Amino acid sequence: MTKKRKFTTVQKFRYFDLVRELAVTDFKLKYKGSLIGYTWSLVKPLAMFGVLYLVFTVFVRIGSGIQHYPLYLLLGLVLWAYFSDATNTTMRAVADKGDMMRKVYFPRMTIIVAASISSAITLLLNLIVVIVFMIVAKVVPTLNILWFIPLMIELFVLCLGIAFITSALFVKYRDIGHIWEVVLQLLFYASAIIYPLQIVPTQYQKLILLNPITQIIQDSRYILVTKETITAHTVLQTPFQMIPYIIPFILLGIGYVYFAKASKNFAENA
Amino acid sequence: MNTNVAIKVSNISKSFKLPHEKHDSLKDKAVHIFGPKNYTEFKVLKDIDFEIMKGEFFGIVGKNGSGKSTLLKILANIYQPTSGKVKINGTLAPFIELGVGFNPELTGRENVFLSGTILGLTRKRIGAIYDEIVDFAEMREFMDQKLKNYSSGMQVRLAFSIAVRAESNILLIDEVLAVGDAAFQAKCFDYFYQLKESGKTIVFVTHDMSAILQFCDRAIFIDQGDVVKLGTPDEVSELYLKKNYERKSKGVGESPNVKQISLIQNNKKTRTLDNKSLSKIILKYHNPTSGPIHFGFQIFNDKNVYCFGTNTKISGLKPTQIDDGTMTIEFLPNLVKGLYYINLAIMDSNAARSIDYLPKAIEFRMADDSKIDGITIINVTWKNKVV
Repeated sequence: MTKKRKFTTVQKFRYFDLVRELAVTDFKLKYKGSLIGYTWSLVKPLAMFGVLYLVFTVFVRIGSGIQHYPLYLLLGLVLWAYFSDATNTTMRAVADKGDMMRKVYFPRMTIIVAASISSAITLLLNLIVVIVFMIVAKVVPTLNILWFIPLMIELFVLCLGIAFITSALFVKYRDIGHIWEVVLQLLFYASAIIYPLQIVPTQYQKLILLNPITQIIQDSRYILVTKETITAHTVLQTPFQMIPYIIPFILLGIGYVYFAKASKNFAENA
Repeated sequence: MNTNVAIKVSNISKSFKLPHEKHDSLKDKAVHIFGPKNYTEFKVLKDIDFEIMKGEFFGIVGKNGSGKSTLLKILANIYQPTSGKVKINGTLAPFIELGVGFNPELTGRENVFLSGTILGLTRKRIGAIYDEIVDFAEMREFMDQKLKNYSSGMQVRLAFSIAVRAESNILLIDEVLAVGDAAFQAKCFDYFYQLKESGKTIVFVTHDMSAILQFCDRAIFIDQGDVVKLGTPDEVSELYLKKNYERKSKGVGESPNVKQISLIQNNKKTRTLDNKSLSKIILKYHNPTSGPIHFGFQIFNDKNVYCFGTNTKISGLKPTQIDDGTMTIEFLPNLVKGLYYINLAIMDSNAARSIDYLPKAIEFRMADDSKIDGITIINVTWKNKVV
């Protein structure tokens, strides 16, 4: 029942341009009309960092055993802020573009890719803050720092996979918005962002590290902050340690197929 | 597929599910999952089948809700047909409206790039034609202002300038002429002529019959999801008027003084007149006064231009006093091709005041094969001599 449209290379290029244009517009609009613009995206995680830093290093002293704990905390928060922001905005992205989709045809996936990239721009800016703190804390990076790049790709893939699924579901069931809010809260505490994994009993460490978000954050901390970080490699046995690395790609595969199928009716339902 | 065919539509049907009560949440779904289907299926298009040839200016006409816009959206790949197939031979501009993707918070310049890429242009290409777009819209000094500070006319001008540069050989246009002022509409018309000459295929959705008559090579008339007629603009517009006239039936029945109005040419009731022979309006009336009365009639075209008006007093007749009668008005309409309305009036004995006035009592179409432009047809002879 579907129409076959062949796209030439020129047309593929123009979708690349479309993604770029949509992403930049999204990013611009997010901070339009505010006085200090995208500085807000830096202020938000920094404020949260300030509060948590005070609570966990001065009052509770939970991370006292860890070298560069403030930096350790900040990196986790910045990566979490991206995950939370990217999944939240992409989930609504398709439904928000309903009006546009009823007037013009373009591959609906560009909406999700663009929204993900727009969130990633904020992440890049926040990472600059992390680098500044690394310099202040006199953390000396090694060549291992290059491993951070594939980790960020993994994180992007994870967000994209989730986005394909939630955004397509959101068109039909607005409940996903509320469900995701709860899921995010659970994940925040289940992902060892504000506490060091050392304080968790070993059997739970394994469970927590099966979660790709924890794995990404712990690996990043290991590479950028301190070798004292517990990672999936140190805790999980050989075949199992691959699980958190594979999950994002499985999600992307499922998400892609589901989104491609559902997107045919977005214009009518959104 | 025949290489001369630009768009082949085979047995397209489209239904929308109209829920009786919207079950949008999971709980509702769960509750109703085993229940009866809680929606009515609304068939918008029923087995539509036609071809549009390359280089053709093709009109789609129908009333509001007839399914014509849904059909256009299916052609544009925005909606999926419930059954049937669309084959496109060539590149198709994927949009059906102007100003898609415009954002009020961005500047004119930013919007050109955003909307342009949504319509399928590359950034590089937009950069190359940017000046052209701005100049066509006559907006050079406003490009760094936010779109929200533009007047609606300015927005339309900018949108149109971008849209007409979409690089495709099939264009879909939905009621574009309904927006903009007269000067802008004239610009649109000019552009349509250019498109037609450059050999592009254009699919044009409207309920403006005069635009159909003016531009289209062929047209399709859709009513309640069915193809009523596929044919020449003349055939289609005639049928369209007939159908609409049946429904509206203005004049007759609204006034107790008018029993029947008919329009006759060549001894036949018709809605299409030509300039070759006399036409007749026959009005069966009842005199509402006890005194003598005059009759008047006026002709307006569909742009509401007053083309002609007279009454029995102007024609030098005395007022008449018949209680129930028929008035026959014979006239030779020297009018150019297009749509017209006749207003009828029963007037007092001085022809100063209307006792009964029937606006748009009859709608008719002038058929004229010549390319004469303007409003009226004046007999012209040309003589060219060497001095």
